[in-house]
Amino acid sequence: MADTTAPYRIKGETGVWEVVVGLEVHAQVVSNAKLFSGAATAFGAEPNTQVSLVDAAMPGMLPVPNRECIRQAVRTGMALDAVINRWSRFDRKNYFYADLPQGYQISQLYHPLVGPGEVEILLDEKDENSVKQIGIERIHVEQDAGKLMHDQHPTMSYVDLNRSGVALMEIVSRPDMSSPAEAGAYLRKLRAILRYVGSCDGNMEEGSMRADVNVSVRKVGGELGTRTETKNVNSVRFVMAVIEHEARRQVEVLEEGGQIVQETRLYDPDKNVTRTLRSKEDAHDYRYFPDPDLLPLELDEAFLEECRSSLPELPDAKRKRFEGLGISAYNASVLTAEVEIARWFDGLLDAGADPKQASNWTVAELFGALNRTGKSIEECPISPEEAAELLKLVADGTISGTIAKQVFEIMLETGEAPSKIVEERGLKQTSDTGAIDAEIDKILAANADKVAEYQAGKLPLFGFFVGQTMKAMAGKANPGVVNERLRAKLG
Amino acid sequence: MTELTHKTITELREGFRSGDFSAREIAEAFNAAVAAGRGLNAYTVETPELALDAADIADRDRTTNALKPLSGIPLGIKDLFATEGVDSTSGSRILKDFKPTYESTVSGNLKAAGAGMLGKLNMDEFAMGSSNETSAYGPVISPWKRNDGGNAALTPGGSSGGSAAAVAAGLAPGVTGTDTGGSIRQPAAFTGISGIKPTYGRCSRWGIVAFASSLDQAGPMARTVRDCAIMLEAMAGFDPKDATSLNLPVPQWEAGLSADLRGKKVGIPKEYRIDGVPAEINAIWDQGIEWLKDAGAEVVQISLPHTKYALPTYYIIAPAEASSNLARYDGVRYGLREMGVKSLDDMYAATRAAGFGAEVKRRIMIGTYVLSAGFYDAYFTKAQKVRTLIKRDFAEAFKECDLILTPTAPSAAFGLQEKMSDPLAMYLNDVFAVPASLAGLPAMSVPGGLDSQGLPLGLHLIGRELDEQGILNAGLAIEERAGFNHRPKRWW
Repeated sequence: MADTTAPYRIKGETGVWEVVVGLEVHAQVVSNAKLFSGAATAFGAEPNTQVSLVDAAMPGMLPVPNRECIRQAVRTGMALDAVINRWSRFDRKNYFYADLPQGYQISQLYHPLVGPGEVEILLDEKDENSVKQIGIERIHVEQDAGKLMHDQHPTMSYVDLNRSGVALMEIVSRPDMSSPAEAGAYLRKLRAILRYVGSCDGNMEEGSMRADVNVSVRKVGGELGTRTETKNVNSVRFVMAVIEHEARRQVEVLEEGGQIVQETRLYDPDKNVTRTLRSKEDAHDYRYFPDPDLLPLELDEAFLEECRSSLPELPDAKRKRFEGLGISAYNASVLTAEVEIARWFDGLLDAGADPKQASNWTVAELFGALNRTGKSIEECPISPEEAAELLKLVADGTISGTIAKQVFEIMLETGEAPSKIVEERGLKQTSDTGAIDAEIDKILAANADKVAEYQAGKLPLFGFFVGQTMKAMAGKANPGVVNERLRAKLG
Repeated sequence: MTELTHKTITELREGFRSGDFSAREIAEAFNAAVAAGRGLNAYTVETPELALDAADIADRDRTTNALKPLSGIPLGIKDLFATEGVDSTSGSRILKDFKPTYESTVSGNLKAAGAGMLGKLNMDEFAMGSSNETSAYGPVISPWKRNDGGNAALTPGGSSGGSAAAVAAGLAPGVTGTDTGGSIRQPAAFTGISGIKPTYGRCSRWGIVAFASSLDQAGPMARTVRDCAIMLEAMAGFDPKDATSLNLPVPQWEAGLSADLRGKKVGIPKEYRIDGVPAEINAIWDQGIEWLKDAGAEVVQISLPHTKYALPTYYIIAPAEASSNLARYDGVRYGLREMGVKSLDDMYAATRAAGFGAEVKRRIMIGTYVLSAGFYDAYFTKAQKVRTLIKRDFAEAFKECDLILTPTAPSAAFGLQEKMSDPLAMYLNDVFAVPASLAGLPAMSVPGGLDSQGLPLGLHLIGRELDEQGILNAGLAIEERAGFNHRPKRWW
């Protein structure tokens, strides 16, 4: 396995290069209504059914900020340990396009809602010391555009305005990432935090989260190079592919004596290449200016306090808490990466399960079963309480670990409670020495040769006797008692 | 009985309530006047049936004592206001035949107060103009003529030119206007009527087609100060659909009217005595000062040092906002669309080239220029700073006075075509009106008298923020003393 903490380097003809990466993540805010209108925001609705007069930019219509969208962005900023600007303002970004009804996007250029913050990533998820801080420059709130549909008519394009006016957070990182893996870790971590906070569902396939990827290369330790920006990349894998491809392309251009042009590029996932969308020379002049329809956004202490107090425990805090409970760094990292898993596991702990045992069981048994059946944790047929009950049956010696696996399978199939399964199917572990002795006596008698070998010093045969006894007891014998009785009888 | 169409809103209200005449009779009289007044081109749309419908409801409500503040009063609505199911074109070809599915808050408030609608009033395209000549539907012709025996067609002013002409000619007892940099006050002055632009935020902008959002404000235009107070009370009020709307109760301006100005200080800004203004303008201003003194006010000299920068500042900020506000007229969703082109960009260009008139294009270009990279700080940012200084000028001045008196416009009405080829001369019309707009202050024009050519001249009152009552009262004091009861002689 590759060492994920080794620096990412590109060996070129003229030397060794490193890559500098910054990401601008557009995250759709979870809210029932759009940023400046009361229209609904559900994904997948019939075209143009979630459009208000404001979203269609009818004459005389005015934007009114939706408090919930602002609240979600503030909570996100707080979760990223960022400066919350009590005074911010909306600006208009002017350009013409058919998916932009107003002829401008309401955004925040000059005075964003959220200032500097940071995200901690683990370069190696098994090593809690492999942390790196990725700086957040700012988060601003803005409107999404509509969508053009080119496949509805032979010569014309159609416009769907359902998404027009939906609130986005643009989360701008500092150029602090230096490999595809770091960018991937950052995106996954950011996504996890947003989902913990509940401010974005993080669904990249549905476009709820997309990234603009800024990449430049330089000789190790050298001056920053000219960057390119690859727009609208919609998966973690693609972001990593873009960086890898773009860094290599830039190194090739530079080593051939060329120059990197500051430009906007597009990623083609089918061919795994990026290509020029527009260069700096054709860049739009967006003519940003403060939106005169909106007053500056001023946040009071009560609002900020409500935002703060409504934040859940975040991934890093949860991971550290889990580690404090004796859970391994790896398990803690895996169990906190997704908010649904973390919540499920917290439920398991709340139901009284032993943290270490529960974490091992969850990562090995539960995840294994979910993988096998292709289910997500939300679709898990077993509740944390039922799982806790199962683990308790093992812990208190009611059933053995082997039987527990059987019980778990039955639970998955039938949805029945573990104690009921154990009771009805007679799977309880026995410590009845009379019954165990009787089986041991039979086995020792039938294997007199092996008894002799054991007593002559071939000690590993002990396991054989244990196995035979457990098998004869149909797995229900208490292994401790079996061991003890065997030792007594074998001398 | 005086002709119904010569009566004020106050008189109509009283006569209707006491049963001297029915609301239907009022509506029919005005409908007939509107039809007979087509030569003025004041209305772009006539809605006689809507006026009658509201009148019938008012007549019915009178029998059940369920009258509303404006029951029985038919009004004209400037075409900048979206009116549900009725063409709302903003004087532009690009919105020809556009019928909104919604009603602007202000016109809706008037309807809710019982008013009927006589029709939509012609205006400068997107409210950009001071003579009503930029309308895509032809200029409004003022009902006034010079007394020189000539027959020159005069402008009613702009942009609310149709509104002003309609009231002056008796085609409506009251109308809505909008004022971005004088568009209520200058036409009111040119046509011998009263008009008030309230404090920015008093009237909701929702459903009013935007020209310059930080300046646009609706207001009433009518024959008298009292009529303006009655209408403004119905128009104003907090609207959660407009983020810049003021969340304040609407004062009872009519009940608060008083022409007794004792204890009030009226400021006279020295910077408003500008070169090239006709002596008659300064004479009426001096007359106004005397009237206010007569009403008990004390007159003080004040200084508004940044006045000379107001017009250039306005002509940066207003076009900048307009260039962005008008981007939505792109042919994609409603209004004019010019096809027969190869690309989306071609369609935009063709649609906007055909849909906008010369003045609108000029302002879009100015606005685009001042917001461009490399020019933004030099123009737009600087203009915002100067705007702040102009606001501060007023704040300082209002430490020494309660209201300010100036002329409304630097001239009486001029002839059609006289200034169309000279935009700068046209823009100068608003030299006295623009500073109050930039400061968001309430301001009104009341008739002062006639000039030597027999044309009306207006006096301009600027008040403290939210002090509409102060300028209405001073306006009333002038009105009582000026005794302005001149009407244009009917020729149309």
